[in-house]
Amino acid sequence: MATRVLDQHRAHAAAHGETSGLWSWITTVDHKRIGILYGSTAFFFFLLGGVEALLMRIQLGTPDNTFLSPERYNELFTMHGTTMIFLAIMPLSAMFFNYMIPLLIGARDVAFPRLNAFSYWVFLLGGLFLNAGWFFGHAPDQGWFGYANLTSRQFSPGPNVDFWMFGLQILGIASLAAAVNFFVTIINLRAPGMTLMRMPMFVWMSFITQVLLLLAFPVITVALILLMFDRFFGTHFFVPAGGGDPILWQHFFWIFGHPEVYILILPAFGIISEVLPVFSRKPLFGYAAMVFSGVFIAFLGFGVWSHHMFSTGMGPIADTFFALTTMLIAVPTGVKIFNWIGTMWGGSLQFRTPMYFAVAFIAMFIIGGLSGVMHSSPPADLQQTDTYFVVAHFHYVLFGGSIFGLTAGAYYWWPKMFGRMLDERLGKIHFWLMLIGFNLTFFPMHWVGLNGMPRRVYTYPAGLGFELMNQLETVGSFILALGFLVFLVNIFQSWRRPPNAPADPWNGATLEWSIPSPPQEFNFPETPEVHGRDALWEMKRTRGPLPEPARVSGAGIHLPNPSYWPAVAALGVAAVFVGVMLLGHVGPWGIVAGVALLFFGVYRWAFEPAG
Amino acid sequence: MALRTAARRPFFLVTALCLLSLVLAGCSAEHYPQTTLLPRGDFARIADDLLDTTFKWAVLVFVLVEGVLVYAIFRFRGKPGDPEPHQTHGNTTVEIIWTVIPALILAAIAVPTVRAIFQTNALPDKSALTIQVVGHQWWWEFRYPEYNLTTANEIHVPVGRTVSLRMGSNDVIHSFWVPQFAAKRDVFANRETRLWFKAEVEGEYPGQCAEFCGIQHGRMGYRIRAQKPAEFDAWVAHMQTLKPKGAPTASAGSGVHTASQGATVQQPAAPQAAQGNQYAAGEKLFTAKGCVACHALYAVNVPKGMIGPNLANVGARSYIAAGTLKNTDENLAHWIRDPQGIKKGVLMPNLGVSEPDSKTLAAFLRAHQ
Repeated sequence: MATRVLDQHRAHAAAHGETSGLWSWITTVDHKRIGILYGSTAFFFFLLGGVEALLMRIQLGTPDNTFLSPERYNELFTMHGTTMIFLAIMPLSAMFFNYMIPLLIGARDVAFPRLNAFSYWVFLLGGLFLNAGWFFGHAPDQGWFGYANLTSRQFSPGPNVDFWMFGLQILGIASLAAAVNFFVTIINLRAPGMTLMRMPMFVWMSFITQVLLLLAFPVITVALILLMFDRFFGTHFFVPAGGGDPILWQHFFWIFGHPEVYILILPAFGIISEVLPVFSRKPLFGYAAMVFSGVFIAFLGFGVWSHHMFSTGMGPIADTFFALTTMLIAVPTGVKIFNWIGTMWGGSLQFRTPMYFAVAFIAMFIIGGLSGVMHSSPPADLQQTDTYFVVAHFHYVLFGGSIFGLTAGAYYWWPKMFGRMLDERLGKIHFWLMLIGFNLTFFPMHWVGLNGMPRRVYTYPAGLGFELMNQLETVGSFILALGFLVFLVNIFQSWRRPPNAPADPWNGATLEWSIPSPPQEFNFPETPEVHGRDALWEMKRTRGPLPEPARVSGAGIHLPNPSYWPAVAALGVAAVFVGVMLLGHVGPWGIVAGVALLFFGVYRWAFEPAG
Repeated sequence: MALRTAARRPFFLVTALCLLSLVLAGCSAEHYPQTTLLPRGDFARIADDLLDTTFKWAVLVFVLVEGVLVYAIFRFRGKPGDPEPHQTHGNTTVEIIWTVIPALILAAIAVPTVRAIFQTNALPDKSALTIQVVGHQWWWEFRYPEYNLTTANEIHVPVGRTVSLRMGSNDVIHSFWVPQFAAKRDVFANRETRLWFKAEVEGEYPGQCAEFCGIQHGRMGYRIRAQKPAEFDAWVAHMQTLKPKGAPTASAGSGVHTASQGATVQQPAAPQAAQGNQYAAGEKLFTAKGCVACHALYAVNVPKGMIGPNLANVGARSYIAAGTLKNTDENLAHWIRDPQGIKKGVLMPNLGVSEPDSKTLAAFLRAHQ
């Protein structure tokens, strides 16, 4: 692996955290920089997805509305879902995987720093590819779940589905590469003394997430390849007229799709499991149970997929099996909720902004979990599925769960990542706007769904009674938006302050708080030795309060060289898929060029000189 | 900052929740014609009973767990200078208890669930009335094989007799949702799916497609008319008179039509001279404009695979364009002139029908009851 020994000049630059422009960001292989790249790109896409939601809410605010055409609405709900899942929540989690995992385990970087950079660039290009459809007037419009046979060439003749299909394929490559990276990092690069059962819970939950990614993404990869063959090469995997079966797509999609939702929530579970102990001033309650429940959820998560298909008429045996596994998975999930409350119980609760979001996470996730249990009964689900009741359920777990959790993590780790505190007052205003806006937007959906409003409808007629609930939801969505504006103000204002946040503003339990804020390029001057869980609390207990860590020269520390080959290889990946889109225009030569670029990038990457 | 003191924080939250529940209390399920919460048929009742069971457990768990959480927030609030709290790592007994109790609650939900799964999947009695449902982009076809009848967008069923729905799709996946009687089931182009129900309350209700099926998924509604058996039989008998041209057809004229209240009783009358002229003109237009290529005007022995909805009794339906427009003369004419403007993307093209011609055609169709 290409490394360099920090000479005096570089050491000085590293010690003072100097960056040197755009090129340093393009060639970075530093996990902290890559984390920031992921986070800022993901936050941008999150705001984009939010705007898409607001547009839909305007359309649905009145019956028979013509603010949006049906095509535009269908594109918006497709892109809102796809964006929020693949371009917002997952890469926001990736920001924390990238920045925090090496710090939490006492490592200098991830196992494969250039692969790490490659993952980011592929993600960025995948996000751009997915959204490119907007610029061609053919944004994806088949739903984030892309059910066959609506997605066949016959019923979706335009390139809308292709932007989605290939965009997702590109993003899958990014996720798989990152999953390999973090899996190996967590297995191999833990500091001496940090056994698996002494790892911070965020590392455990992230570890389980990487396993889920590795096992679930290949399934959607295959499904998308089969769909590509149907759409481009005349096969009939999912086309009834040719003997294919649209249900096959559903099985493929949900065997991926259900583990995917655990991919979306487990990192947030991990963040909450870090925040609650620190702000309760006592350890996580039931560490082992938290580990095993996480493992059990992941394992069982591969056994529930057809609960998304209860209305397809699979027959009583299949319905029963999936109903029972779905109910079963509520048990380890409940265990986690009780353990979090148990962490707070008997503590000395410090209500700073991260704690507000963490506690709200618990409250909202309980609601989402309970509506999930209501779905688990197939005969009842036959009324609930494909209505706004489901929309309520998954927003409670994905927004009330994942987004609240990720926001807690943002406020918690902000001082470490950026060297600046976020303002507490603005944080609390953000919190209340978000909590009230979120509940006003999504709670009425339970009611309007059970009262007959189906999903994915671009409008609804007057006279079905849906007006009031939809108006409330629209108002709520704008309150939510206001909350995020306050967050943006908080971020901008904090940036204008000097980077002099303390290393350990919260009296943290884990290793990242033992180094300066933000950390120096090499993270730890010396690899820490770990003697128990909550390694930093353990250190403080034996050594007394720790002094503010000094920035040191870092001379003699080996670090990986920056490189642009990961970005080149990523361009090659994107070019291949652009080439497939252009098959009709340039024949196979676009694909050939993409493959050549990819191979060239990887070759140069592999043979990059060491010194 | 107003929110800073401990006393005010819960006050705002509680106020917000009270306001919300006031709003909710003001909206009972009766205001929602498409509600799932007022079952009027046996299948829907099974679903509703399960909803009741799971909902009650959910409310109990919600109150208990959220209550403990809220209590903890206040009881263990830290104050400056607090000593370090006891560093509890866990409690095996408690953890076992809170693993077992949820498992037991879920078992209490699982038992009635499995029973209902088998109940709802059982095949209906052979004496059930079979109706075939075919989903199209973006309308619903209904066939009555026992009576050799075809209709569209408005399904008539008898109260008190089990109806067996045998369903499929002409194109993509749709979902036939009958919230008042039978919940929903997806329909596919390559296999038959089934649903059954016995309507218990007569009336006309709306339903809607519940699986995203393309541009006009949002406007793929239909109406279900549950009728007293005698009225249903009369409807069937009337529909069986709507035969292809050459056989006695439905006449223009004095059928009594009440769109919103259950069955109508048709009274065949001799066409009057003035109406007869308009009728004949409409008939000519129906062919000249190409309508006949996609739509059948008779209900008996209709071949499968018609591109457009059957229009044999369109004049008597309460809605047109799959629940999109009330079936007034003005709406009918407007639809004929500009289907793309009303429901963009439907397979019915704008045929360049002039306004007077659209009125003639609408009157012609109105005569088809």
